[in-house]
Amino acid sequence: MNPAPSVKTLMIDGKDVSARADQSILDAARENAIPIPTLCHLDGLSEAGACRLCLVELKGTPRLQPACVTLVEEGMEVTTQSPRLEKYRRMVVELLFAERNHVCSVCVSNNMCELQDMAKQLGVTHVRFPYRYPRLPVDTTHERFTMDHNRCILCTRCVRVCTEIEGAHTWGVFGRGVDAHLITDLDIPWGTSDTCTSCGKCVQVCPTGALFEKSKVGMQSQKNPDFLNYLNEMREIER
Amino acid sequence: MGKTITIDPITRIEGHAKITLQLDDQGEVSEAYFHTTQLRGFEKFVEGRPYYEMPYLMERICGICPVSHLLASAKACDALLAMKVPPAAGKLRRILELAQLIQSHALSFFYLSSPDFLMGMDADPKERNIFGVVAKHPELGHGGIRLRQFGQQVIETLAGKRVHPGWVVPGGVNEPLSVEKRDKLLADIPEVIEIAQKALTWFKRELESFREEIRTFANFPSLFMGLVTVDERAGFYEGKIRFTDSLGNIVADKLEAAQYQEYLGEAVEPFTFMKFPYYKPLGYPDGIYRVGPLARLNLVDNCGTPLAQQEWVEFRSLERNAVLSSFHYHYARLIEILFAIEHIQEYLLDPIITKKQARYTASLNNLEGVGCCEAPRGTLIHHYRVDEQGLITWANLIIATGHNNLAMNRGILQAARHFVRSDKLTEGMLNRVEAVIRAFDPCLSCSTHADGHMPLHLRLVSPDGKLLDELRRTP
Repeated sequence: MNPAPSVKTLMIDGKDVSARADQSILDAARENAIPIPTLCHLDGLSEAGACRLCLVELKGTPRLQPACVTLVEEGMEVTTQSPRLEKYRRMVVELLFAERNHVCSVCVSNNMCELQDMAKQLGVTHVRFPYRYPRLPVDTTHERFTMDHNRCILCTRCVRVCTEIEGAHTWGVFGRGVDAHLITDLDIPWGTSDTCTSCGKCVQVCPTGALFEKSKVGMQSQKNPDFLNYLNEMREIER
Repeated sequence: MGKTITIDPITRIEGHAKITLQLDDQGEVSEAYFHTTQLRGFEKFVEGRPYYEMPYLMERICGICPVSHLLASAKACDALLAMKVPPAAGKLRRILELAQLIQSHALSFFYLSSPDFLMGMDADPKERNIFGVVAKHPELGHGGIRLRQFGQQVIETLAGKRVHPGWVVPGGVNEPLSVEKRDKLLADIPEVIEIAQKALTWFKRELESFREEIRTFANFPSLFMGLVTVDERAGFYEGKIRFTDSLGNIVADKLEAAQYQEYLGEAVEPFTFMKFPYYKPLGYPDGIYRVGPLARLNLVDNCGTPLAQQEWVEFRSLERNAVLSSFHYHYARLIEILFAIEHIQEYLLDPIITKKQARYTASLNNLEGVGCCEAPRGTLIHHYRVDEQGLITWANLIIATGHNNLAMNRGILQAARHFVRSDKLTEGMLNRVEAVIRAFDPCLSCSTHADGHMPLHLRLVSPDGKLLDELRRTP
């Protein structure tokens, strides 16, 4: 019999909460209905700490910490909402918009996009940073799906779902910093990938219009990542 | 060295433009230029995008007639896939096109131009607008608003959204029409037919007071171009290109829109961002032709729906041959509204319209495709080339207003020579020159409406730089 995991007690936004020692601040907060914005996090996948939207303040440390990859500790005092955090979260979203070519009005995911929703939620009305307007390719070589690098925010949900759930590991990230971008296999066109099983999981978890089904353009169809919880649950039962 | 008069900006049109009138030493108008002062880069920035995004992307060209771009683009994509659409989808697309024709024509006639007819060309610009129309002639004003609403509601019912719907896709449409929605649309038809008929009756009575304008508003011989269907009706969604001349003779017929480059040339002038298409066999600028409502009614021998047919017969009896005055674009627009309502009714009553299959799928089968339809303002052509991955490598668009560019330039020269006197400028003179442009209902770009609120500043300057006269129209 496994020893019971130890329980930690901490305070989030002035509220006393308890959590298992292996839980993140994000988990603990959401279990207690305390909202923290995220983009790269998705229930059922490992955490990447990529988007930095879940940054929170911890008493006793001047640095902001990402709630998704910071484990709870005894006596922690966490603040999830403050003018400082709002400022940085808005800045994160503005930088995402400025980095690539997110043209909502003509994007296949217009009105169904988590980045767009996040911008609305955080009250981003303008982007104060100069847009980079990079010249980025669109990979249409796959029979059913399209990869549009212009809309990618490098959340790596596709990389994680492909590795952790499908087990194909088709997707990867190439390059560093502003040059980082998604690749399939060893940087070959998606349509020529030997490992891709065309399961479409990457498309369903993509928060923006970076990955989409060709036949669904203009359909106003919402992506549906709910299969993740179902698959994980079924696997737990099998074990 | 003569003087120059500039009208900038032109009000109550879609988009931004100005007019320059060049006066000679005697103070007579010697040249007139219509400048489109905006540049649209769609042909360039669609390069590298997948073809299946095109309808969705291209409709953003315009907020007034997005549906026409949506359809021309979807048809060009159908050509890339080398496929036909399901019969129900074809009819649904046609209804969408006609609904847009109604809303766009209602906007042009009632909102933008009827103030001139009702208040007079010389009226105070403060009152010469849609609010003035509603105050002075409530039935006409409200009727116009209702017609536009009807067109928009049909679009919304079919496509889910009034402006920039994403419903039309390569291979058909996204969603079939339900019986409930069809019945709801059919219920509105008698009311809007009555409104259209009343407006026609009123306008025909008013024509008498605009004799001078009819005589001088781009009233000259030219060719007319448009789509004509196999059963010899004006084609809005389908058909082949026909050219007729001012005597009503067919100059060329059954031309494939896809081969437009064989018979249409595009000339460029330094004073405007808009190109000048011309009929190649006659050369530039003799190959001047007009498109749009006036052209469409001149091209055919019958209208095809009972009530519009009666009106069409009366319209064509205005002149022995083709109706040449561009003032009659307004008249033609009202007849087309009636025609479109009747036609929508016809399509809705066809049992095929509610069939469930509304889309076929296919993959890329051609590397080049052309799509053509009749937008409210005339023939619209989308032409794409793609690489083997379906990414656009080249695009060319001929927008309806472009076809009329030569005629608009010649039209303002004609009207300016008649109305503008260089010794003293009046608001009415300028409004008449603008009204020539407005008769063509040019859609110079997007969805910006001036609606009589934009400032207009006109200066008359002598060759030595002395300000002779000045007129300022404030918002």
